[in-house]
Amino acid sequence: MMTRLLGFVLRDIARGRWVILYFGFFLVATEGLLYFTAGEAKTVVGLMNIVLMLIPLAALMFGTLHLHHSRDFIELMLSQPVKRFTIYSALYFGVVLPFLGAFVLGTAIPTAIHGMLTSPSVLSLLATGVALTLVFFAIAFVVAVKINDKAASMGMAFIIWLASAVLYDGLVLAVTVWYADYPLETATIAMVAANPIDLARIIVMLTFDYVALMGYTGAVFQNFFGEALGITVSALSLGLWTVIPFWIGARAFAKKDW
Amino acid sequence: MITLHHLHKHFDSHHVLKDVSLDFPSGTVTAVIGPNGSGKTTMMKSILGLVTPDQGQITVHGVSAINNAASRERMGYMAQIARYPENLTAQEVIDMVKGLRQLETNGAMAALVDRFDLGPHLNKPMRTLSGGTRQKVGAVIAMMYSPTALLLDEPTAGLDPIASERLKTEIARHRDGGATVLITSHILSEIQELADRVAYLHEGRVLYSGDVPSLLARTGADSLQRAIAHMMTSANEVQA
Amino acid sequence: MVILLLLVLATSASAHTTLVRPRTVADLQRSIDRAQPFDTLVIAPGVITGSDLTIGKPLTIIGRKGAVVDAAMKGTSAIFVDADNVTIDGLAIRNVAVSFSTDNAAIKVRKRRHALIRNCRIDNAVFGVYLSDCKQSQVVGNRFTAYYSEQSKAGNGVHCWTGRDILIKDNVIDGHRDGVYLEFMHRVTVTNNICIRNLRYGLHFMFSDSCSYRRNRFEHNGAGVAVMYSSWVEMTENIFEDNWGVSTYGLLLKDIRDSHIRGNTFHRNSIGVYAEAASRILFDRNSFTGNGYALRMLANCDDNTVRNNDFVANSFDVTTNSKDSRNHFDRNYWSPYEGYDLDRDGYGDVPYHPVRLYSLLVEQLPSSVILMHSAFVNLLDVTERVVPTMTPETLIDHHPRMKPLSP
Repeated sequence: MMTRLLGFVLRDIARGRWVILYFGFFLVATEGLLYFTAGEAKTVVGLMNIVLMLIPLAALMFGTLHLHHSRDFIELMLSQPVKRFTIYSALYFGVVLPFLGAFVLGTAIPTAIHGMLTSPSVLSLLATGVALTLVFFAIAFVVAVKINDKAASMGMAFIIWLASAVLYDGLVLAVTVWYADYPLETATIAMVAANPIDLARIIVMLTFDYVALMGYTGAVFQNFFGEALGITVSALSLGLWTVIPFWIGARAFAKKDW
Repeated sequence: MITLHHLHKHFDSHHVLKDVSLDFPSGTVTAVIGPNGSGKTTMMKSILGLVTPDQGQITVHGVSAINNAASRERMGYMAQIARYPENLTAQEVIDMVKGLRQLETNGAMAALVDRFDLGPHLNKPMRTLSGGTRQKVGAVIAMMYSPTALLLDEPTAGLDPIASERLKTEIARHRDGGATVLITSHILSEIQELADRVAYLHEGRVLYSGDVPSLLARTGADSLQRAIAHMMTSANEVQA
Repeated sequence: MVILLLLVLATSASAHTTLVRPRTVADLQRSIDRAQPFDTLVIAPGVITGSDLTIGKPLTIIGRKGAVVDAAMKGTSAIFVDADNVTIDGLAIRNVAVSFSTDNAAIKVRKRRHALIRNCRIDNAVFGVYLSDCKQSQVVGNRFTAYYSEQSKAGNGVHCWTGRDILIKDNVIDGHRDGVYLEFMHRVTVTNNICIRNLRYGLHFMFSDSCSYRRNRFEHNGAGVAVMYSSWVEMTENIFEDNWGVSTYGLLLKDIRDSHIRGNTFHRNSIGVYAEAASRILFDRNSFTGNGYALRMLANCDDNTVRNNDFVANSFDVTTNSKDSRNHFDRNYWSPYEGYDLDRDGYGDVPYHPVRLYSLLVEQLPSSVILMHSAFVNLLDVTERVVPTMTPETLIDHHPRMKPLSP
């Protein structure tokens, strides 16, 4: 049932121009960076900034907007003998999968042409981009289900983006300034692991040699994120950031009056 | 047979359904009428499962309809304004519902498509279709798998006269086949033509439920229109 | 002139060249003991086992290709040079024993002049060539390979302690503790060497004045070059590459004065140049590309001049730990510079502050390094660049170049 429904949601999304635009953007941006910047590290940093900024923003804004625009589609499905969880899952994966495909292909094609696809940095970038897509669409859906007014939920989605992509790091910095006299490595690792965007950034940065610049702190991070515990914590954090919002959204969706 | 038993529904502080108890027998068309905000749509959506009541029971052919997707298996619904996935064609939307219902409908569907002259529009994306054409797609979707309960929210709005007549014929056909049909409409002439029974809602309460002749007799009016006007004024007087 | 010519003829007439085929160091020792001063011994190909050979008179010892002294990890040093005017040419020496009480070397020279060690292959020695209190000597065209993983066991490729006028040229030194180590030396010239994979430094100066090194390549060492407690050092046209790791650098300057650093390339080092208590140094026409920190200058550096250098694609171009700077930056190229050049003189019209605010933050709060490349930090840097509040105002390049000097 789920896959059958998913098929139609996918077809609807795939014919919309947004996914094509999204794909085109990654294609052009990646190729542009590969063409114009010298050195793998610089290219990866440029790509990383795009992935870390744009994927959450696009997922939050488009995810919220899409659910509001799909109200009629949703009502049509709800009036059929289909479980609400099935509908919600189909809606979520129906949006996530085309965007994942657009991102992965848009990034992988140029990097493959330039022979960089198998570099650990590019692979980690692809992996974290996929994780961020899953996380922020899940969050977007919660916002869209919980806030009925379209403009208000778009506003909320933007605030969430601003908070997690920009302001959160300001907070982390403020904490490191306030508690400068204390050993903060563990605390900063915890703060970073708690924010999917920061976590994605650290995972990508650990794959290129920037960690050497980080001195003692960097060594602590590398030890942590390089070993089984760190990998588990990272995977768990990104996993929870996907599953928990998805679960909250699905529950709210199940109880929602249309 | 659809039964509503002491339904209550609040939207925030607004009490939308107040102890609504109604029976909709099989083989009848019931017109649900009442002014805007009387709770008609909320009641319809409760039966459909789009809205979950705070209290009370809903049974459709003896099966509880609250949080039970299975109760919609033989239920057809036409929404007030028919809007659909924009990038799918009419055929794909119909196929999707068929897929979800897992029912064999080819004969009925083809006949409906034919009756509503939808053939030329089947392969166009929904976003390019006119309101009336979408409404027809909605009718096909609601009726193609021989529902035993049919819920129609302002079904003729936007339809051209020919399609409107065909829809009425279809509704009558379903009733005669034993289906429970609920209609909301503002067009009282249409109701008089179609409905066997009337349920009158006012501010979330049922003020009247019964067959049309009894209503006329009770209000002493000679037409449904007058009868309803009478109920509205008396309801307002009671309130005052 | 005639007298000189006669002298040369006389020496060559009295000197003999003998081909020897020793099987052990004892055999070779007997040949040396029998030889006359200024004789030449040519050693035929073959393995000579043993160590502690002493050359106690001026001799030229030439190893034919395949002539190997194998100390077999026994004894102390393989060869002791205990006379002036000794030349060792083309000999291979290997497997010198590790000792924690004596500094064992493949060739050890003590208090002598005019030693020439050239074209030797030294494999798996603790120290390669060890010159203690030597003068007017040369170490040329040798290859040193060692395989240590711990600094405490390893020795240096070319080790010079006290002395002057030494030439170290055309050597390849791989896997020692320091590639070349100089302590209390004067007028040492280090040219055209390749120092790779040494555990500590490619080249290490301590208390050595008036030395120069040029056209060397320092790659993948623990750190490239350390110049400490020295003056009048010329560092020219060297390549410092891939000295990458936690607290690793291309060039470490510590307590050094009146020196020149010209035309060097610093590429992909975690820190290009790390300067502590450096004064009156001229950095001219160097190229810093792809480093983590290109130039890290601590507060106790003063009166240094940094001009005509290229800074391209470094994470941090210049960092310091103070709010003011008493150094002079001028006419450098900075790749992050975004100013304009309306008068078309090749220099930007807007001065450039090479110190990023974020680098100051990292300086004071090492934990904040975890925010590298985050949007917030980028925002912070942009703001600071527009309205400088915390970065050193005096650390400024008034004539930032629009184009790099070297393409």
